[in-house]
Amino acid sequence: MSVLPGIASIAAMALYAAFFLHAESQAQVLGLLALAVVGVPVLARAGWVARTATSLEAHPLAARSASVAALAAIIALFHDQHFVMLMLASVLLYSVACLGLTVQFGYAGVVNFAGAAFLGVGGYTAAVLGPHVPHALVLLIGGLLAALVGSILILPILRTRGHYAALITVAFGILFRTFVEVNDALGGPQGLQVKGMNLFGWELNSPLKDLSFYANYVFVGLALAAAAFVLVRRLERSWVGLNLDAVRLDETAAAVFGIDVARWKILAFTFGNFFAGIAGAAYAMMTGFIAPNSFTFGDSLILVSIVLLGGLGSAWGVPLAAGIVLIVPEKLQALQEYRFLLYAMLVIAILLVRPQGLIARPARQYFPR
Amino acid sequence: MSFPKMSEALLSCSGLSVRFGGLVALDALDLEVRSGAIVGLIGPNGSGKTTLFNVITGVYRAAGGRAQFSGQDLTGMTPQRIYAAGVTRTFQRSRLALPLSVFDNVMIGNHRLLNHGLWFNLFRRSGLRREFERNLAKAHALVATFSAPLAERMFDAAGAFSMIDRRRIEICRALVSEPRLLLLDEPSAGMTHEETRELMDDLLAVRSRLPGLSIVIIEHEMNVIERVCERCAVLNYGRKIAEGSYAQVAADRQVQIAYLGTE
Repeated sequence: MSVLPGIASIAAMALYAAFFLHAESQAQVLGLLALAVVGVPVLARAGWVARTATSLEAHPLAARSASVAALAAIIALFHDQHFVMLMLASVLLYSVACLGLTVQFGYAGVVNFAGAAFLGVGGYTAAVLGPHVPHALVLLIGGLLAALVGSILILPILRTRGHYAALITVAFGILFRTFVEVNDALGGPQGLQVKGMNLFGWELNSPLKDLSFYANYVFVGLALAAAAFVLVRRLERSWVGLNLDAVRLDETAAAVFGIDVARWKILAFTFGNFFAGIAGAAYAMMTGFIAPNSFTFGDSLILVSIVLLGGLGSAWGVPLAAGIVLIVPEKLQALQEYRFLLYAMLVIAILLVRPQGLIARPARQYFPR
Repeated sequence: MSFPKMSEALLSCSGLSVRFGGLVALDALDLEVRSGAIVGLIGPNGSGKTTLFNVITGVYRAAGGRAQFSGQDLTGMTPQRIYAAGVTRTFQRSRLALPLSVFDNVMIGNHRLLNHGLWFNLFRRSGLRREFERNLAKAHALVATFSAPLAERMFDAAGAFSMIDRRRIEICRALVSEPRLLLLDEPSAGMTHEETRELMDDLLAVRSRLPGLSIVIIEHEMNVIERVCERCAVLNYGRKIAEGSYAQVAADRQVQIAYLGTE
């Protein structure tokens, strides 16, 4: 399989993203959206989407380099625009969290409707520890604390299945928000200030040359997202990934072949929450402020809709879907008030029309050539 | 109907019972399977055959009695430990992971022999690669004994294959870890006579390479039972009503009543 279709598609997407981010008037935005809504299914019919996917699968290094190059081009184009840089950094950090959810939801089948709560654990960790602890360590502790808080849920999740396990996470998400809202030590409903990130003496809130200071967070977000991507990929392409799939598809058959269902569910849940915690800590340091209202059920739904839109278990789908879900409502002012309506409709539409998501998860290749 | 104890019993169930509420699905069953033997299990629908497999593999709990497997008591053990002890099975209605590849499905059965350490899987990729190559060769060879064309499509989804190929994959999943006891739940279901015959020939070929492998086979196709089993047991309403060679069992008055009813 040639590398060209993959590279060409990434270039086309980058070009589209640049036009979309650049579009000022609502007419331009709507026109570009209409182009995508009509054009992508046509290309899919013609087999281009599938060809892109197999091409990227077959050439992982080229795919990653091309994605990074595309991102670099967009950064160069919009380097001084705070808004665009903030969006890009958000997309990357949300990708980290959603890659975690992919492990839980896409691989092990453990649904998590409390993703925002685990982002929140990371965010509050950054707010409380930010002034006292080196920030690389804060990111790590944010992840570890999210994993630890998640362990409260392990027992009830292991004892329930399907909808009931999902309901437990919904309840936990609401519980978390209520907890931080009434907890005065954590700022109550007003929330807390968070110090900007400082990595080994590099103050991210002071801009490099004429770049927006958010560009610094794009770099950190890219590093985190790349690390998360590689880890999730390796996890999937291993015996562990196979165990997670076996648990999701048929617990009884898995148990009969020696697979410890509880062990792998715990691993996936903890792994995913760890990623969400790190992403939450970085995100809070970027925005400089957190409040309970940023961690509602609706915010958890955003994370779930990214995972579903990208394609369950599809690592490449995550950044693409994060871009769509986060950027489109920001650009369409008419929609801003109705964004949650949009997410809900998006989830329903995806489940009905294309349940495998934008980029369907390919068959496992342990060591692609 | 007595059998000389030539070798130790590999599996010996005594007084094994399973109840679902008021229903007695398995009623004080006694059954012995010697090492290397092929035992047929027959009986009308709902007579408790699959229930026996489920209780032996730890999917159901026994309400009473014991199932000894080479000195270990299986009742009360988890399905995972029973698998590790060397008992595998197939399911009556194929329970493959259909979206996963043939290789993945076979490797699920190979769980006992793979390294599942998180560190190894994430960061020791060259070690994992060697383990992968070794097991791919092993899975390929095993699948090829059942069907060479199937073995050439190891990375296609299991759901893309016909019934007979799925059954082959399922049997390979159960055989790949070289178990000591294989429980086959109606391997002929949904297949033609010719396909069943072919599958049985392949199975017997694999068995000749695995000395000491014992098989218990649930089957409605009597010619399969007659051909492969040296001994069979007949269940009805959760009880064993007859046991012996196929000819003995087929001539048994109670068995005829259970299958054909009384006048």
